[in-house]
Amino acid sequence: MECERCHQRPATVHLTEIINNEKRTMRLCEQCARELQAQAMGFFPQINLHNFLAGLLHNEFGFPTTGPTVAPAGARCEACGLTEAQFARQGLLGCGECYRYFGPRLEPVFRRIHGNTCHTGKVPERTGGKVRVINRIERLKAQLREAISREEFERAAELRDAIRELEKQLQEG
Amino acid sequence: MSIRETVNNPHSRWMDGTGPESDIVISSRVRVARNLAHLPFPHLLSREKAEEVIHAVQTAIENRVFREKVGKMELTRMNELTPVERQILVEKHLISPDLLEDFERKAVVLRDDEVLSVMVNEEDHLRLQCLLPGLQLNRAWELVSRLDDGLEATLDYAFDEKLGYLTACPTNVGTGLRASVMLHLPGLVMVNQIKGVLGTITKLGLTVRGLYGEGTEAKGNLFQVSNQVTLGQAEEDIIANLISVTRQLLGQERAAREALYRERREQLEDRVGRAYGLLKHARVMTSEEAMSLFSDLRLGIDMGIIKNIPAPLIIELMVLTRPAFLVKVTGKDLSPVERDIYRAQLIRKKLSAAQQS
Ligand SMILES: [Zn+2]
Ligand SMILES: [Zn+2]
Repeated sequence: MECERCHQRPATVHLTEIINNEKRTMRLCEQCARELQAQAMGFFPQINLHNFLAGLLHNEFGFPTTGPTVAPAGARCEACGLTEAQFARQGLLGCGECYRYFGPRLEPVFRRIHGNTCHTGKVPERTGGKVRVINRIERLKAQLREAISREEFERAAELRDAIRELEKQLQEG
Repeated sequence: MSIRETVNNPHSRWMDGTGPESDIVISSRVRVARNLAHLPFPHLLSREKAEEVIHAVQTAIENRVFREKVGKMELTRMNELTPVERQILVEKHLISPDLLEDFERKAVVLRDDEVLSVMVNEEDHLRLQCLLPGLQLNRAWELVSRLDDGLEATLDYAFDEKLGYLTACPTNVGTGLRASVMLHLPGLVMVNQIKGVLGTITKLGLTVRGLYGEGTEAKGNLFQVSNQVTLGQAEEDIIANLISVTRQLLGQERAAREALYRERREQLEDRVGRAYGLLKHARVMTSEEAMSLFSDLRLGIDMGIIKNIPAPLIIELMVLTRPAFLVKVTGKDLSPVERDIYRAQLIRKKLSAAQQS
């Protein structure tokens, strides 16, 4: 069996990775294994993430992941020009706008990789503006419910004022 | 410390061996991916636009607010470095190997203490990283987040209200966060429990990486555990999950070590002693052999079988005996055989110096 990295020398070493309980093995020659190992301690080579993704895209988009691609049947990002076929082949999007152009078709991919389609984490401080305020309100509302359930009414009143203040900010834009 | 000093000094803060749980957790790393709005992602970026990104980052780190928040950071274009210097940054884990490809359009930003770094124009425009010794994921996230805020004070990020931070690869979208710990788990490997344990971990949305030889043993018994999901979970939750899994692994590794000491003490001491003997006296040593002997010796130090060798020295040796550092130390190109000879020499020297001090 030939090495999956250089496709030149015989494969003698196995590099194994377990992702989401799925085991993937890469068969490598001595030299490629050594090269990867030299890099391995802090940055284990991310060999299969793109392969893994390409596999998903193959299913979702119905494009072959290797070899010559069929003429792009699908959409093209108007901002950067990336076609669906290119994306399915490389597993990389071309720009931020791609997420809008390919959006609906990406959702199943997100669901498969992340089990989710909605960001709930950090929001940029300066440019995150509205989302940041909305998230803050959500957090305060949760705290308010908790305060009420614990009968901490003084605290609840404070929280309610804070929420009103933020909602006013939001309306004034 | 300038970038020159960084590449000349084999030591990094993350190798200190000072962090919590540092007998098993070698290092904690938090990385976030960020992109600038209105520019194609790096793989579609023209030479001029790539330069634009580098320039924007240079301006951002010179900003007063940034300096107050994060401290002084220095940007270096990858083409200002020699090939060996570039490789050393990889061996010190300050940049990824991907930053070496097509390096004309890439740059690295380093803080003096090497705790914080930013890769420019890797897969994403920006990859912010914090690397600390031991189990310090919360601290690492705190520092990365502050660095992130500092940069965002002047840079417009590609961000979507629903999807979060937009990244070149959809596997990073959302938080753009990869948190990972590097664990040394020789005990679990020796008692043959590693497979089951790691299998369980991957059911919790985490990824485990190890490099295996022809057999089933990971080289150096080093494993990297990291989060897989980046969308739909807050950063703090991702990190809390990883910490709690790491703590369980620590418990299991310690139990395995105790069992070994109790039930197979002679074999354990023999294995450690042989590793020490080989490292002290061998004249030719491949990096693969060295890694596995380092692991045994490190276990011996952690368990008190070997005294008078400081544990952090082993991590330093792991970095120091990698190809690029050997070239740096000897100041010339080396054939693989020469490398193996110099490696053995260096290890002998370092170990006997440690013993005498
Ligand atoms: Zn190969
Ligand atoms: Zn696009």
